Amino acid sequence: MQVPANFEYAKATTVEEALALLARHGDEARVVAGGHSLIPMMKLRLAQPEALIDINDVTELSHIRIDGGELCVGALVRHAELLDSAVVGEHFPILHDAERVIADPVVRNRGTVGGSLCQADPSEDLSAAFGALRASAVIRGPYGERTVPLREFHTGPYETVVEPGELLTELRIPIRPGGSSAYVKVERRVGDWPLAAAGAALRLAGGRIAEAGIGLTAVRAEHFVAAEAEEVLRGAVPSEEVFAEAGRVAARHCDPGSDQRGPADYKRHLAGELTTRALRRAYERCPT
Amino acid sequence: MSENGHRGFGRVQRKEDARFIRGKGNYVDDIKLPGMLYGAVLRSPHAHARLVSVDTTAAEAHPQVRAVITGETLAGLNLAWMPTLSGDVQAVLATDKVRFQGQEVAFVVAESHYAARDALELIDVDYEALPPVIDARRALDDDAPVIRDDLEGRTDNHIFDWEAGDASATDRLFDDAEVVLAQDMLYPRVHPAPLETCGMVADMDKVTGKLTVYTTTQAPHAHRTVYALVAGLPEHKIRVVSPDIGGGFGNKVGIYPGYVCAIVGSIVTGRPVKWVEDRSENLMTTSFARDYHMRGEIAATRDGRVRGLRVKVLADHGAFNGTAQPTKFPAGFFHVFTGSYDIEAAHCEVTGVYTNKAPGGVAYACSFRITEAVYLVERMMDILADELGIDPAELRLRNLLRAEQFPYSTATGWEYDSGDYPRTLRKAMEIAGYDELRAEQAERRARGDGPLMGIGVSFFTEAVGAGPRKHMDILGLGMADGAELRVHPTGKAVLRISVQTQGQGHETTFAQIVAHELGIPVDDVEVVHGDTDQTPFGLGTYGSRSTPVSGAATAVVARKVRERARIVAGAMLEAAPEDLEWTPGRWAVRGDPSSGATMQEIAMAAHGTLELPAGVEGQLDATTVYNPPNLTYPFGAYIAVVDVDPGTGKVAVRRFVAVDDCGVRINPMIVEGQVHGGLADGVGMALMQVMAFDEDGNHLGASFMDYLLPTAMECPSWELGETVTPSPHHPLGAKGVGESATVGSPAAIVNAVVDALSPYGVRHADMPLTPANVWRVIQGRPFRTDLAIP
Repeated sequence: MQVPANFEYAKATTVEEALALLARHGDEARVVAGGHSLIPMMKLRLAQPEALIDINDVTELSHIRIDGGELCVGALVRHAELLDSAVVGEHFPILHDAERVIADPVVRNRGTVGGSLCQADPSEDLSAAFGALRASAVIRGPYGERTVPLREFHTGPYETVVEPGELLTELRIPIRPGGSSAYVKVERRVGDWPLAAAGAALRLAGGRIAEAGIGLTAVRAEHFVAAEAEEVLRGAVPSEEVFAEAGRVAARHCDPGSDQRGPADYKRHLAGELTTRALRRAYERCPT
Repeated sequence: MSENGHRGFGRVQRKEDARFIRGKGNYVDDIKLPGMLYGAVLRSPHAHARLVSVDTTAAEAHPQVRAVITGETLAGLNLAWMPTLSGDVQAVLATDKVRFQGQEVAFVVAESHYAARDALELIDVDYEALPPVIDARRALDDDAPVIRDDLEGRTDNHIFDWEAGDASATDRLFDDAEVVLAQDMLYPRVHPAPLETCGMVADMDKVTGKLTVYTTTQAPHAHRTVYALVAGLPEHKIRVVSPDIGGGFGNKVGIYPGYVCAIVGSIVTGRPVKWVEDRSENLMTTSFARDYHMRGEIAATRDGRVRGLRVKVLADHGAFNGTAQPTKFPAGFFHVFTGSYDIEAAHCEVTGVYTNKAPGGVAYACSFRITEAVYLVERMMDILADELGIDPAELRLRNLLRAEQFPYSTATGWEYDSGDYPRTLRKAMEIAGYDELRAEQAERRARGDGPLMGIGVSFFTEAVGAGPRKHMDILGLGMADGAELRVHPTGKAVLRISVQTQGQGHETTFAQIVAHELGIPVDDVEVVHGDTDQTPFGLGTYGSRSTPVSGAATAVVARKVRERARIVAGAMLEAAPEDLEWTPGRWAVRGDPSSGATMQEIAMAAHGTLELPAGVEGQLDATTVYNPPNLTYPFGAYIAVVDVDPGTGKVAVRRFVAVDDCGVRINPMIVEGQVHGGLADGVGMALMQVMAFDEDGNHLGASFMDYLLPTAMECPSWELGETVTPSPHHPLGAKGVGESATVGSPAAIVNAVVDALSPYGVRHADMPLTPANVWRVIQGRPFRTDLAIP
């Protein structure tokens, strides 16, 4: 039986309380929400935090709403809630595509959007999906609130701009008419981490691509996006050829490593193949 | 009448499920004894290292620690090493070196799981790292480090050479053959991965001197004897209880160091000690399966008549030769590799080697290496079909054994009991719509877009029900099973058997056998098993042997009771026993059915005041021991249909048709459940499972995130069929079925994937066929699936 080492435990019911507890327990405290990454790591003793601050009762972070032309998703929204939300599916089908292939229903019922992003696993799906959508992250700390573009959120594997003492509270995605989005993933088995996955968001105007976002995960793409491939698309007339070229550029600019899921060349191939497929599907979904 | 008022064979609901679906199962980890302590094992992070020192001072000072046991402690008790089931020894706790990552180094006994685990971190071990042997193909190199320098005179990593068949006859046949093809293939190291890991609660009563162990074992009686022989404890003072078991698949046949440590922990502290391993410990250190590096050669005529098979195997046995199989067979039943075909000559050579990996080798529903053997011949058949341009199903039909050839003696010395193979394959082809599938495939290939469609056929013959005394034993113990049947005065029965269920439904199937033989309701039969103090001796449940051996014992003992009842009934009815006639549940005077007595009436009379006739002592109880005269040989034909995405390498199993012939089916629902599980296992092995190691010997599949179990999402809706060819020597005509689907299904899926990839010139691909592997195979650049992916 795997059992964690000793730790302190405190429960917050408001963001203010959570921030106060984080301040009190210092740098070795960790926030726990769904716990589906942190608790296994603690049981394996790969993580030994001195204190857990439980935010599961911070209900003010459980919202999904439209506000000021943006979709606002509270950090405590469960994966299953994002998947069940009609408003999310209406504006950002990429998020439903991604949620359908994140882990399994048991994990999705408990795991949270904010937890996934803050865990910052290099194979995490929502980082790529929110990256493609050019979302921003709202972070609160003892000195107030700041907003960070998701494309600046991650600083490395398992590292983000969220400082000790701070809490990710919300994701915001701008809603723009005339586009759609999609997410495709290859995994060895349902519920597995991706071998690679790609998300695409397109906005069309006058028969051309006005805006393109491409997210990639598990292939060491900088900030989980394929900025160079987005450049290929901007202003182009959508076509099979241009999607294929974007795939080629995306493949060239990522830097996957080999592991037991697959060798680097395969993952690089997948980055291109899946980019093309995600673009194709997003385009098919665009309003005509 | 409730469904289980059923008086015999049929789709009776499983008696054991009532407690499982209510959460009332009682597994080893559910057992709590007064004053119980908890054990935890310290394991080696190195694959190969000299043990310089083990300092336990700080751990012993932990306020909740009651004992710290090291290899040195055990050496003082002459228990640092234990014998394996294959004539080797295995370290219980390391004394000189560690020889695989995860090897047991020390054992802590504490007041709680938490304290035991905390104390492990207080043990200071000084290792001197040594170069490991990871690739079995390099184990016999001149400069390979010697792993087993504990064995006197040992200068290399060679364990054994073993051969079967007629080498010169086979060579002659190959020399003259019109077509000879060869293929290297790997059946990778996989793991049974039962959802319940291994564990024990050991309870040494110092007053009575009796040791009771509650433990995860598929063979309680064999374990008791081994504990007696190894630890020198008197066998009548050992009680092995195997409570509910959450899956075995061969993983719970052997005896693990943790068990011995728990027993020693209880002896040392005088209190019960529970040790239950965690998931990573189970995957890293307990019995793996397969790891056969094979080279197959097939000889045939141009018109598709298979004439000979030749096989060379390099078997990776890990750091200790701990395979669990009958003593005389170091490669298990691998020499059944001629499979289901009429083959003139065959020969195999198997070489076993040590590597710095966990010991084991026979586990995971393999029927003692028949999985490897079937995979080999079924891949070779497809390779031959491809070479000759003959449809793989047609090639099999031309070579399958025909009904009139049974009993059939194979070129490597097996006697198959019964079968009608072409009928079974034709039935599978009919269910699958084989010709239509081939037409669809041709059409898709002509169109040239969309997924690549593949159709794979496999045919297997299993050899189960070990086994005949003259051929096989385990550690000198003959593989016979006892059975005891008591009939209470009211006609209710209690059957005591030696085999232990791990999910197979013994409590139902064996009750059905008694009900069938005595004509009483299934609900009136209680099956007692899994406790050596309560049951007769027998060798346990593995190798699909429960129904072939203990099922036969149950039928025989029930027939003894029935014959005894006949004598009693004769006295009751004032007729000669030979004038009585049996209809299920009742003896009656021949020609006068109204005159009869029911089993219940007879049981009451046998316990009552009836003046007993000669030949009965009162009561109806009986015992027996069943020595199987031969193995039983179930068989089957499987057809898989897959779709491969060439852009991603992802394989989807679209359909799977399985026609099994396991002789007479006692409970068809349970048989089908066994087949479903085995087919899912096959999907796992074929598509996603491997335990690979990096160059330092790090285990690369030590959790369920890395070692994948298939889910319903990867499994199609199984399409099952059956043919029934009774075993001529089993009292019920039944054969085993537990491992059939695991044995037969991987080859069907691999054959289907290779068929899908054949337009790329692909003739073989090693398991697991993960998306990355398939894509690389399409590129013509496959990688070694058993090593770290470069």
